[in-house]
Amino acid sequence: MNTSGPGLLELVGVRKSYGDNVVLHDLSFSVEEHQCVALIGASGSGKSTLLRCVNLLEIVDDGVITLEGRDITDPVVSDLHADEVRARIGMVFQSFNLFPHLSVLDNITLAPRRVHGIAKAQAEREALAMLKRVGLADKASARPDDLSGGQQQRVAIARALVNKPVLMLFDEVTSALDPELVGEVLALLTQLKNDGMTMLVATHEMAFAREVADRVVFLESGAIVEAGSPEQVLGNPQDPRTQRFLRRVAPPPV
Amino acid sequence: MAEQSRDSWQPSPIAVQRTAFRRRRARRSVALAIISTVVVIAVLAVLLVNAPGWPRLRSTFFDVGYGWQVLPEIAAGLWLNLRLMVVCEILILVLALGVALIRSLRGPVFFPLRAAATVYVDIFRGLPLILVLLLLGFGMPSLRLDWIPSSALFWGCASLVLVYGAYVAEVLRAGINSVHPSQRAASRSLGLSHAKTMRFVVVPQAFRRVLPALMNDLVSLQKDTGLISILGVVYDAVLVAKINTAQSFNYTPYVVAGLLFVFVTVPMTRLTDWVAQRQGWIGGGGAV
Repeated sequence: MNTSGPGLLELVGVRKSYGDNVVLHDLSFSVEEHQCVALIGASGSGKSTLLRCVNLLEIVDDGVITLEGRDITDPVVSDLHADEVRARIGMVFQSFNLFPHLSVLDNITLAPRRVHGIAKAQAEREALAMLKRVGLADKASARPDDLSGGQQQRVAIARALVNKPVLMLFDEVTSALDPELVGEVLALLTQLKNDGMTMLVATHEMAFAREVADRVVFLESGAIVEAGSPEQVLGNPQDPRTQRFLRRVAPPPV
Repeated sequence: MAEQSRDSWQPSPIAVQRTAFRRRRARRSVALAIISTVVVIAVLAVLLVNAPGWPRLRSTFFDVGYGWQVLPEIAAGLWLNLRLMVVCEILILVLALGVALIRSLRGPVFFPLRAAATVYVDIFRGLPLILVLLLLGFGMPSLRLDWIPSSALFWGCASLVLVYGAYVAEVLRAGINSVHPSQRAASRSLGLSHAKTMRFVVVPQAFRRVLPALMNDLVSLQKDTGLISILGVVYDAVLVAKINTAQSFNYTPYVVAGLLFVFVTVPMTRLTDWVAQRQGWIGGGGAV
């Protein structure tokens, strides 16, 4: 599986539990540069927790996580600053999580100005360029509440991208959207993948995983059941658990 | 086509009937409300005026001529109350925000700070304001330490700030806790530190949410500045009224001071209502 050298992101033997509830068991996989890896699995299979652990919003119990060859598992121990690690990783959430008291433009310029120390004028120029890229150039002064779900999610993606992350994490970013709005967000993700962004995408969109992802990882109860190319995992699953899951989310045509 | 039919809409007979019925009902309700109000006020007035002690009450509490005479002096005292309120409110907000932020810190390192903030809030929310005023206003100067201020005005303000600071800290903490954790997660995921997350993301949202509650406390503070008068040397509206009453054995100055406080607080209360309404605290329930 690991043919082209060490990945940009490597997880080895990762375990995470909340009390007696073990959410991730001995999880190992890697994401190589410019790769898009799709995480699939039922609700509660550990996809979101995995992303939160990579972004250090949760600290794992065991195992090692490395980003660009640096051990980021526990920033306190490895003498890294968690904020610096997070600043290199972009994360987009299921429920958008835009800051409702700030305009779209201020949402996007917050981190460039307050974390990366970029001057206001330049930060706004870059934010406007990014808004144009996600097709929302005319919404700079709008409030998040005035936007549709799809537009809000595209702003959230712009807010993460403007910090030039080396890795983007997407946590079921289309699950809270009306069906007709899913397409615009998935089109943006596809465009990002084509631009060479490294992406780890937790998703329920099997068509997206099939067409865009380089690798698909199927999780059940916090463990990897099957991983490989989309053709393998989605087209010709070997494990009965994968077969059962795929039948549930996309019943075969009668 | 659809536009046209919308423009030429004529209410159907049943809609006309419904509107007419609603209008009749509304007219009847208004008439009923006016009549009942007038009747209640009239009954109360008749009862009051016919009470055996009414002439005496009128001359000791509602002596209009004497009231006008003391008004300028009491109004000058009220000006002191207003200035006190503004200064105290600023200090209260600073103190309360500090305490609220300390109480929402996590991690064992901050335990002593958190504990101190909790003890402060517990004590000063529990103590009656009047006791704090007496303890600090008379107690601190009697220590005879020349490096602490001995002015009653200073200790009166300090008492208000300490007591109100504890209340407002809890209001702000509730506001901070009401901001959904996903907002923090989003902010931290962008690389903002805890402090910057608080400053740019959490506190601005918390403040907006608790603004009506904060303004309610401000109205309350405005009246309570009058309590400083018990220290005896701060010539605010209440103390001026007290002195005048003591000289004339007529309580009208108290009524005048009370009316002045009401005149100042009513606009504040209306402003609070307006802010609350704008934020959707009141109403917004549609037809019900």
